[in-house]
Amino acid sequence: MIASIIYDTTKLTPGHITSLFVVIGAFLGIFGFYDVLIENIGSGMSLPITSFGNCLVNAAYEGFHENGFYGLFSGMYSTTSAGISGAVIFGFLVTLFFKPKD
Amino acid sequence: MILTVINVEKEEYVRLVESKSKNPHILEDAFISFLTGGVLGASFEVLTSWFIKMFDLTSKVAVGWSLLVFIFTAALLTGFGVFDSLVSKFKFGLIIPITGFAHSISSALLDYKRDGLITGLGSNMFKLAGCVILYGTASAFLFAIVKVIIYG
Repeated sequence: MIASIIYDTTKLTPGHITSLFVVIGAFLGIFGFYDVLIENIGSGMSLPITSFGNCLVNAAYEGFHENGFYGLFSGMYSTTSAGISGAVIFGFLVTLFFKPKD
Repeated sequence: MILTVINVEKEEYVRLVESKSKNPHILEDAFISFLTGGVLGASFEVLTSWFIKMFDLTSKVAVGWSLLVFIFTAALLTGFGVFDSLVSKFKFGLIIPITGFAHSISSALLDYKRDGLITGLGSNMFKLAGCVILYGTASAFLFAIVKVIIYG
């Protein structure tokens, strides 16, 4: 809903807005605020793209505790990899079986 | 006399056009997005608890599976060419959830299909999703360092 208001009142494209939401989610991840939201509102909060940013921050943070500074890099995608690879794989499969509609 | 009438009508017309173009149903769109996002979130919740019950999964794995189901559905709808008309009906309620991310990848793939496998699909896949991944990763890296500094 917030995104829709931003989109209608400003000239930002959906790309700008989703990027903004990821950064907001990542910011909320610093203080663990987003996890509190998930606990209170339910796992439905894992669905918006803000959750992606939150997962990235927490995964990188956990990576730091496992592998030190290197863990920031190696741990970054450890929880979100399923989503990214799923989107790529399903997208590719769909492309193989469907033709673009003009 | 006639001129003034025309002038008044013109002013009214300009005002009408401005009011229509400046305010493209902000509240209506916001309400629809709110409803769509809410319905998606609720069905996500139902699906996740079903996964936990049926397959005895931990909540993290169940959430992952439900995300995959949503991603698959969005990719499939994009393949059928339905997703865009759904977005014009249900607005940002469909773009902000993970469905929008999946749609951005699969629609980029479909659009560049005719350019070939390497120069078309390979190099254009993340055209739209790239901004989410780039700024997500960059900000997450920065914020993770901040988190490490704060919490140790």
